[in-house]
Amino acid sequence: MENWTSTPFEPFAGLAGGLLIGSSVVLLLYTLGRIAGISGIAAGAMTQQGSERYWRLAFLAGIVLSAVLYIAFTGGMQVQTQMGSAWLVVAGLLVGFGTRLGSGCTSGHGVAGLSRLSPRSIVATLTFMCAAVITTTIIRHL
Amino acid sequence: MRVIIASLICGLLFGLGLLISGMSNPARVLNFLDLSANWDATLAFVMGGAILVAAPGMYWVRKRNKPLFADKFDIPTSTTIDAKLILGSAAFGIGWGISGFCPGPAVVAIASLQADVLLFVGAMIVGMLAQHWLKPKSA
Repeated sequence: MENWTSTPFEPFAGLAGGLLIGSSVVLLLYTLGRIAGISGIAAGAMTQQGSERYWRLAFLAGIVLSAVLYIAFTGGMQVQTQMGSAWLVVAGLLVGFGTRLGSGCTSGHGVAGLSRLSPRSIVATLTFMCAAVITTTIIRHL
Repeated sequence: MRVIIASLICGLLFGLGLLISGMSNPARVLNFLDLSANWDATLAFVMGGAILVAAPGMYWVRKRNKPLFADKFDIPTSTTIDAKLILGSAAFGIGWGISGFCPGPAVVAIASLQADVLLFVGAMIVGMLAQHWLKPKSA
């Protein structure tokens, strides 16, 4: 009845990936003094000028380059969307608008913010986690 | 130039972390958000692993006088919990729960060149710019 793609639980791959993400957050703070929040970096890459724009573009280029290298070495990457195009457009608008209104996403609030025990980030993370779980549950089970 | 290279390397590490953990696959993220049946708890280990490094790492870095390549640390100082924070985070959560994409994995997934991914990223950019143009200019 359900046609959702199932994925295996991989705690070690998850932990390894998490350690890399955490290292990136620490290294960006150590070198540039900035918080690695992807929504803020993506928005700033479009709305800021000069050097404020260039380091953000470099970070985003690094992310895309990582995927290009990953594909080159492993033969491909899995991106299995589960919803139709119209839903993805609605979701994209909500993610773009919401992360800027709320000043952060899974990286800025969820990783960097929780790591420094920011009260705003704790509230934001609880809010978007609950909203996401409720949304996915409604779509799949109601 | 060293600023650009450092930032590029940070982006590389970040993207690689998302790829290795499978977070660039929205199916896996949605199987975390759907707590029933075949729950895939991998995302919790990704966030846990990231915080395991970032919490002590950021604490240590912030005790330094300044960053390596900049004059000062640029860290949010606000502690105000307002409607914008809650409403924005809720809207983001709903979009995340529909698609399985948050901004980082969406940028990684651009490399797949799938039409649906590019559609999502395009809409995300429109959403970001809309918020930027709509917000009061004094803020």
